[in-house]
Amino acid sequence: MSVVTNTTTIGAIDAPSRRNTELMMMVFAIAVSVFAYANVGLAIDGTLPSGMFGYGLGLVLLGGVAHLVVRKFAPYADPLLLPLATLLNGLGLVLIWRLDQSPKLIRDAKNLYGVFTPSAPRQLMYSAIGVALFVGVLMLLKDHRILQRYTYISMVGALILLILPMFFPAKFGAKIWINIAGFSIQPGEFAKIIIAIFFAGYLMVKRDALALASRRFMGLYLPRGRDLGPILVIWVLSILILVFETDLGTSLLFFGLFVIMLYVATERTSWIVFGLLMSAAGAVGVSTFESHVQQRVTAWMDPFACYQTDGACEQIGNAIMSFGSGGTLGTGWGQGHSDLIGFAANADFILSTVGEELGLAGMMAVLLIYGLIVERGVRTALAARDPFGKLLAIGLSGAFAIQVFVVAGGVMGLIPLTGMTMPFLAAGGSSVIANWALIGILIRISDTARRPAPAPAPTSDAEMTQVVRP
Amino acid sequence: MNKPLRRIAIFCGVLIFALLVRTNYLQYVKADELNTRDENRRVRIERYAHERGNIIVDGGKSVTGSAETKDSDFKYKRVWKDGPMWAPVTGYSSQAFGATQLESIEDGILTGNDDQLFFNRTMSMFTGKEKQGGNIVTTLNSAAQKAAFDGLGNRKGAVAALDPETGAILALASTPSYDPSTFAGNNKADTKAWQSLLKDKDKPMLNRALRETYPPGSTFKVVTAAAALENGLYTDIDEDTKSPLPWRLPQTSQNLDNEGNIPCKDASLRKALRYSCNSVFGKISDDLGNQKMIDEANKFGFNEEIFTPVRTDASVYPKDNRPQNAMAGIGQASNRATPLQMAMVAAAVANDGKLMQPYMVAQRQAPSLDVIYSHEKEELSRPLSPENAQKLQEMMKTVVESGTGQNAKIDGVTVGGKTGTAQHGLNNSEKPYAWFISYAKTDSGSPVAVAVVVEDGEANRDDISGGGLAAPIAKAVMKAVIDSKK
Repeated sequence: MSVVTNTTTIGAIDAPSRRNTELMMMVFAIAVSVFAYANVGLAIDGTLPSGMFGYGLGLVLLGGVAHLVVRKFAPYADPLLLPLATLLNGLGLVLIWRLDQSPKLIRDAKNLYGVFTPSAPRQLMYSAIGVALFVGVLMLLKDHRILQRYTYISMVGALILLILPMFFPAKFGAKIWINIAGFSIQPGEFAKIIIAIFFAGYLMVKRDALALASRRFMGLYLPRGRDLGPILVIWVLSILILVFETDLGTSLLFFGLFVIMLYVATERTSWIVFGLLMSAAGAVGVSTFESHVQQRVTAWMDPFACYQTDGACEQIGNAIMSFGSGGTLGTGWGQGHSDLIGFAANADFILSTVGEELGLAGMMAVLLIYGLIVERGVRTALAARDPFGKLLAIGLSGAFAIQVFVVAGGVMGLIPLTGMTMPFLAAGGSSVIANWALIGILIRISDTARRPAPAPAPTSDAEMTQVVRP
Repeated sequence: MNKPLRRIAIFCGVLIFALLVRTNYLQYVKADELNTRDENRRVRIERYAHERGNIIVDGGKSVTGSAETKDSDFKYKRVWKDGPMWAPVTGYSSQAFGATQLESIEDGILTGNDDQLFFNRTMSMFTGKEKQGGNIVTTLNSAAQKAAFDGLGNRKGAVAALDPETGAILALASTPSYDPSTFAGNNKADTKAWQSLLKDKDKPMLNRALRETYPPGSTFKVVTAAAALENGLYTDIDEDTKSPLPWRLPQTSQNLDNEGNIPCKDASLRKALRYSCNSVFGKISDDLGNQKMIDEANKFGFNEEIFTPVRTDASVYPKDNRPQNAMAGIGQASNRATPLQMAMVAAAVANDGKLMQPYMVAQRQAPSLDVIYSHEKEELSRPLSPENAQKLQEMMKTVVESGTGQNAKIDGVTVGGKTGTAQHGLNNSEKPYAWFISYAKTDSGSPVAVAVVVEDGEANRDDISGGGLAAPIAKAVMKAVIDSKK
């Protein structure tokens, strides 16, 4: 049989599985994290931290299990996604552990709540749950196309997840948490995956109708109501819920996700124009009646103007100064003052610690790691053979890219701050767990995409032509 | 579907690229600007991250220190030994409320950030030693300072003592005082201490020795006598002055009275100073005129701020009309002087007419104890010729031996002085200030000149209050200096 070459960039269908490459990269990712622990301990106390071996062992276990499961259940998966996620998760653990050592944060916590609980042990536990979910996805989801069956269930699920926080009290000015038995869950993080499944399932079915059966209106091709209607309704509903819960980061994320998936499904550029117009209108509309948003826009325009007066921009001002004082090479692990940002230093603002202690060099590295994850995700979408897989992969990686941009851009003062977490780095259970699930789905799609095509069944057509001689 | 996918890939790339550009902008282009912003607490954290250098007295004893703080991100705070006693010398240095006086002026050396310490800093960067501050060696004499502070006790007042030959400040006390250690940190207790000090009606944070001007009262007669001698109005201190009694203030219908019934008619300069005759010195001031009096006062340092290096308020001999000028000649009217200024007057007389620049920083030391600055004594002016200075010394000696200043006598030491009781308030309604200025002289020269002011003089009699309240303090200070030289 001749070698059948694929037209996509992921390479030949008979490509090697690259499991050993992945293993090498995993070793590297875990070693970097363990050295980072040692570095923080040496910088703060002058000794190797006692928890280093515990955390190191934890990371080795998590990484090892994840790798073995991929080897067994998704042998052709992309070799980079898992090590990159492990590296970020490991670095995040070090960053959180480092902030746990900050006397200022300990003091603040004791003043506010009377007690200080370190975040790193919880983060390690959440990472374990996240990896367990990742393993679960790979073991139970043999083929990502099964998800297609749950298009409408996921729609309902996403809406329920989004509505639930309304019945729980607001924390830090936003109603985005569900509190159950001492655990707080941020359903927005999970909803982003589920809504991507719904969009992918729905658009795959309707994409031809959306793309072709449209009427021309003011230079734009508008699809028929019965095709676009349902998706528009769900989308508007979720945005409205998020706006009322003042979870602006997530609403922006949903909006971007919707536009990207619609554009990819229909291949019509007019959706981009349409999306940009709507987002501009939405942004202006929301900012006119939400004082929360107006404050953030003011703080973004001049992070230092209101610094002395009302402290509304103190966080963002402090974050920007963190980046400044890091400079090119940074102060080194454990030697910065990013704890000046206060209680959100290890959550929304964790990137400031990277900026201050690892400097410009470390920031570029971390941003490029995120860039690589997104790029591997897009490649998976390109390589996927079925439209559902393509849509789901691009939706998930697009959402990931937008989230990184919105959080990092907000913290660095590039765009107004909206309050989301840096995937894998920030302290927060929901975020880590959901993102591990996201990586699990991407790995499953990439495994399907790179798996050698089954040998075509022998047919009579393929048999040697028999020459019948008279 | 691959064409839009590639476009989305580019879009995601653009997002990441925007972040990369932004981080380069913040961390490379804007880094310096962000690092020097006032809002950036790191600047202050760094400032308090190392032990501060010390302020040293007696040529080696430190009156300051650094203590580690537990409840703050500022690691070290300043502490003072005998804070209330030394506060007028050191000033304060607080994490929350800034710094004053020596602590502020010499901050560069004390923190180790001064450019003069650049070499030191670079060296310790290579040797890996922790950054340290340099020391300020002052001229202060702790025995004299203690005598001054204890002598004032719980009365309001100030003492300034100088070495007449060099201008070195030996004592600088001000009461009521405060302990700068109570608000050196930045927690709630510090804020409370600070606010109660601000609210205190007695103004404990006012450095009365340098920053408060008082009417000098009769002690100013020394300057008036100097003006008379320098301008040749009288040459012999024992010749009779042509001074009528009562003497009417020019251009008024009012007599310039003396305190009590003292022999002032045609009294010689020596006798007039001994009894503190208002009529004689008022007339001298009037005879010389405003300009000549201003000129002489200026030579003693009036009408100009003095930097020791701590700033001293300018003492004032005013440009004024005739009757006011006559009153200013006896230290009343709008004539005002700081205690340091009056100590300078006594010092100039004791130093044979040469006024030395007063100073309190003898040396600045690098953290390695290398001396990077050493004060060279410096002449400020010559208010008196040596002959006239000796005449004035004779007169001041008489005041202590047989006049109003007998409380300042020290066995075996020649002491010259002048008392003063300065009236103030509307119609002299408030308690007068008791003054005493003096110098001591031994065989080896004059080691000390001192000025004392006590704000709540009790009696309204010139001689008794100045001599009774202030002179014993001056005596104690002079004795402390002489004893410590032995």
